[in-house]
This record gives sequence, C-alpha cells and structure tokens, in this order.
Amino acid sequence: MVNRVVVGAHYGLRDWLVQRLTAGIMALYSVSFAVCLLLQTRGGYEGWAGLFSGTVSRSFALLFLLSLFYHAWFGVRDIVMDYVKLDGVRLLIHVLVILALLLYAIWSVQILWGM
Amino acid sequence: MKFKVYRYNPETDKAPYMQDYDLDIEAGDKMLLDAIVLLKEQDDSLSMRKSCREGVCGSDAMNINGRNGLACVTPLVSLQEPVTLRPLPGLPVIRDLVVDMTQFFKQYHSVKPYLINPEHPPETERLQSPEQREHLNGLYECILCGCCTTACPSFWWNPDKFVGPSGLLQAYRFIADSRDLATTERLDDLEDPYRLFRCHTIMNCVDVCPKELNPTAAIGHIKDLMVKRMV
Repeated sequence: MVNRVVVGAHYGLRDWLVQRLTAGIMALYSVSFAVCLLLQTRGGYEGWAGLFSGTVSRSFALLFLLSLFYHAWFGVRDIVMDYVKLDGVRLLIHVLVILALLLYAIWSVQILWGM
Repeated sequence: MKFKVYRYNPETDKAPYMQDYDLDIEAGDKMLLDAIVLLKEQDDSLSMRKSCREGVCGSDAMNINGRNGLACVTPLVSLQEPVTLRPLPGLPVIRDLVVDMTQFFKQYHSVKPYLINPEHPPETERLQSPEQREHLNGLYECILCGCCTTACPSFWWNPDKFVGPSGLLQAYRFIADSRDLATTERLDDLEDPYRLFRCHTIMNCVDVCPKELNPTAAIGHIKDLMVKRMV
C-alpha cells in the first residue's frame, strides 16, 4: 500500500452535535440529581435506593449513563486519533473501547433495574 | 536588557541550546524587533526573519516569553526579563528562530484560498452590498504569520491532517464571500474528523493572534453552516 496522507472521511459533524447533546443531558441530570439528593430526607441504603425506585428516575438515570458512555466514546476516540499513529493499533483500541462501553451500558441496566 | 535566545544550526550543532545575551538598550517605545536587530549586530550568526517591521508581513512571528507573537509589534516594556525567544512551536527549525513553514502553507492552500465563481465575469467588478462586504471584516485581515496555527495543540499532533486555525479562518473568509459560489464544495471538503473537527475550541489561536482576529468564531460559523445544511 502506498503511504499517503488521507483525509476526507466525511463524518464529524454528527459526532460533534451528539457530543454537545449528550453533554447537555449530563448537565441536566447532574443538576436535577443533586437537587433530589439535597431534598432527600431518608438516609442510608433505603434513601439511596429510593432515588432510583421509580421508572422515570431509572429511565433518566439510564439516559444519563448512555449519554456518558456515548460522550466518552467521542472523547477517547479523539485522544486515540491524536496519539496512536499506527492504524491497526488504533482500530484495535477503538474496538476495545466500544466493547467496554457496550458492556458498561448492559451492566448499567442490570444495576438500575436490579435494585 | 537580558535575553535568552534559542540557537540551533543543524550544520554545526548536535542539539539546540539557549544562548544568553546582555543588551544595552533603553526600552522606551522600542519594539522587540529593534532589540533583535541590535542583537544581530552584536552576533551576526543569529538568524531570524523580518521584513516590514510594522506587523503587516508576518515574517518575524516567534515565541516570545512562551507566547507566540510578532517581534515588531511587541513593545519591549511589556516583556519580563530575561526575554526568552524561541522559534514558533510545532514546525521544523531551519536555523535559530527561522522555521520551515511548508506544512503551514500546505494546509493554507488545501482550503483553496481564492474566489471560485464559474459564472461569466461581468464587464466591471463583481459588486457587493456594504452588508455583504461587512461579513469579510475580521477575516480578510489575516497576514498568515502562523502565530495561531503553531499555538494550537491539535496542529502540533496532526499538522498533516488538521487545517489549523489560520487555514480555517481563510476557508471561512471565502465561504462568507457573497461572490464565491463554491460553499457546498468547501463545506464538503471540511466535513472531516481531522480537517475541521480536530478543533476543540481551546482558543489559543484567539489568545495569540497579533491582528486580534478570532479563528475560533470562524470555525464556529463553519460548523453552524454545516448544521444548517444538515437539518
């Protein structure tokens, strides 16, 4: 294969937009979760589990976690693109990061609905 | 005044080193370039670029006390001693303060920094309304000194793929021009994870631009236009 500088992958805009959207969701959840935590009167495990007892709060928490994982994917991918110059190694790291994040997502569902 | 200057002559030096100079100069209203010219009188082996000495040609861009700028428009009184002078970061050093700007200009040329208009040229000039002309303010003034692009970490990591703030400002200069008809092609060319989207809006470019231009805003406008055509 010839060694050429190749650009023009024609993606980036959607990722950039989604990164902003997920950041917004995370900011919204962080603030509302902090407010819920402050308003919480029950202490201990009961109180903590109570924060995640309703379907709405669970779904919102899951939305937050999925946003976090998606956001993390763009961030980690950008770092790998900057520092890992070998294409094969870069692809391998990308795949490993995606698999790890997918597992985290499955694990999140298990934790939230298993409480 | 005390100076510390980056010295490197690839023909004789194994590695770059910093050389100390002591210069008998009254800061007054003099600029850094005046001092460098006197340093060169003292030691004619010191290499640097200069031309217009009034912030128009962009030749004497260098790293001054850790910050990129033009020596000719940097007042001596504004500088803390010892004044540390280094070549622009992120570009290969040819000698002392002279860098090889080939990569910088390659990126500049890649955005096709000229008017593209396939329509038949009119008898007179292509006219613009004052409002259309207004859009070019803050864009056309760029002198291509390279201060912004070489202050950008994204350019340091990917100089061969990321256009850099200066090139992107120029790209937007033609996107914003009412006489240019290649907006779609220009946006297509920039929609790339490296060429445009390596910019993470850290705004080093805005911080150092000696002409007080705002490449970050120009990059934001390009992204806005891409969003506009997508939705």
